[in-house]
Amino acid sequence: MADVAHRTRLVDRDGVLGWMFLAPTVVYVIALVAVPFGLAIAFAFSDVTSGDPTYDWAGLENFRRVFDDPVFWQSLWNTLVFTTVSMFFIVLFGKILANILVADFRGKWVVRFLVLLPWTTPVALSSVSWLWLLHSIYSPIDWVLRELGLIETNLYWLGRPNLAMASVIAVHVWRLVPLAAVIMMVGLLSIPRDMDEAARIDGAGYWRRMFEVTIPLTFPLIAVAALFGAIFTFTDMAVVYILTRGGPNNATQVLASWSFLRGIGGGDIGQGAVIALFLFPLLLIAAVLILRAVRRMETL
Amino acid sequence: MTTPPVTLDAAAEDAGRVRRHYARRHVMGRVGLYTLAILAALASAGPFLWSSITATKLNADLYNPQNNPFAYNQPATFDHVRFLFTETTFPTFAWNTLWVGLLVVLITLALGVPAAYSLTRLDLRGSGTLGIAIFFVYLIPPSLLFLSLTRMVVWLGLQDSTWSLVLIYPTITLPVSIWLLIGFLKALPKDVEEQAMIDGYSRGGAFLRVVVPLLFPGIVAVVVFAFTLTASEFIYALAFISPTSEKVVSTGIPTELVRGDVFHWQSLQASNIVIAVPIALIFNLFLARFIAGFTMGAVKG
Repeated sequence: MADVAHRTRLVDRDGVLGWMFLAPTVVYVIALVAVPFGLAIAFAFSDVTSGDPTYDWAGLENFRRVFDDPVFWQSLWNTLVFTTVSMFFIVLFGKILANILVADFRGKWVVRFLVLLPWTTPVALSSVSWLWLLHSIYSPIDWVLRELGLIETNLYWLGRPNLAMASVIAVHVWRLVPLAAVIMMVGLLSIPRDMDEAARIDGAGYWRRMFEVTIPLTFPLIAVAALFGAIFTFTDMAVVYILTRGGPNNATQVLASWSFLRGIGGGDIGQGAVIALFLFPLLLIAAVLILRAVRRMETL
Repeated sequence: MTTPPVTLDAAAEDAGRVRRHYARRHVMGRVGLYTLAILAALASAGPFLWSSITATKLNADLYNPQNNPFAYNQPATFDHVRFLFTETTFPTFAWNTLWVGLLVVLITLALGVPAAYSLTRLDLRGSGTLGIAIFFVYLIPPSLLFLSLTRMVVWLGLQDSTWSLVLIYPTITLPVSIWLLIGFLKALPKDVEEQAMIDGYSRGGAFLRVVVPLLFPGIVAVVVFAFTLTASEFIYALAFISPTSEKVVSTGIPTELVRGDVFHWQSLQASNIVIAVPIALIFNLFLARFIAGFTMGAVKG
């Protein structure tokens, strides 16, 4: 009897303790994530500017002005192009890199360190480095191409619309491949050894094992890597902001950078909020897909 | 009489051929592996390698488009690195990044460790939903919240102060840290704290004296991860803060080391190396642990 009473009291205390432990996080997240999220929606329907921050209802005025602006449609299109193309290359190179990183070889530690650099370095700093790699006069890439006789004059990477897009995508891919590789490594390491060995004993070669054992088994984590790559690409504005500021002529403008330039640069918070809100449906889709992939992983 | 040796010989020859075949395939596999590994390392670290050459070049060497950009055409110099540390506000930026990062990590742990413990061990109703909610919070990007957070920072009187980042950055670090910690906690056997409670500790006492010390390796991993996230953040730092002395590395360097059209290129490259290498080194030390944490959080149900 005493034992039972003791146990119930303990369970009760666990409940109280549980909420005490959780409360600070819940309060913090509500105050600084949920509230600003609500505010962002509210701002979209207001005439708030940084000069005149009083809230006045403006209805759909901001939406109308944003939709009338061709730059918005260009940004939306660019965001989709950047995300899709980057995602493809991030997964492709990430998969190759993950397979390298799980193998055993000498100097693995050094390779791992070098390969992680693009991801662990603050993106603003590595983008500045790239700014110089893509410099109109001193770009070493152009120098190599000139030495090889492939080009006569410099390419002006960041000065031409298509090359600027390609450059921004390349920097995104370069930066996010290590992350994708690490996520896919998790998948590779979780494959039961005997399954791979069974396939090997049955005479399956490297490629056969890759496509019929490894990839199907680790598919959920490949999906997670792809979606993380997508999210970090389409919500990021640091690369665009530092490399091109959206130029030339808005050819590399994305929703995140356009929202920043309107909302902070131009001080038009209402319009900035409308533009940023367009990130949300894309995000929601990605989030749901990630969760489904993780669920599949759990039932494996 | 003579037959057995012949078959043995044939068998040995056969085995030898098979072995040679596999050995050749093995060698080719190794060569391919090393080639790919070196290519991957070059593609990833190439820009940094090249940054460090650029950082130590003389102006006359650097600003000549005919010069080989991958080698020193004139003697190397450390003047620009010295310039970075003595003539620019780089030390201030680095210091701001450091103390903001450390405070954010402390806040993250103070909120995150109990929250993760509560979600994994205390069987609350709705804790599964909360776990998923936290995951969604992780996916809400700064580019969606920066406008309203900028207004909130203004209301709180924290605009143009580094403290605004201390307040806001845990929104980025907390969800992913809780996720990692849940992974580490799931790997910790429940018996440990149950034994401690039988020995007379309360639940809270068991948490503090038994669970937290055992969780220490995981906590160190979270510290590194959270710090890296704060050091990389760009949008909030750019939106909240404009005075030079309050800036952090990721906003200070691209804005303050570029004066109009004058880029201090060598110093910019040097700052990139000075920041990138230590972070990557520490991160690499803990890579296996991050992987363990994420795997256990995601896979073990």
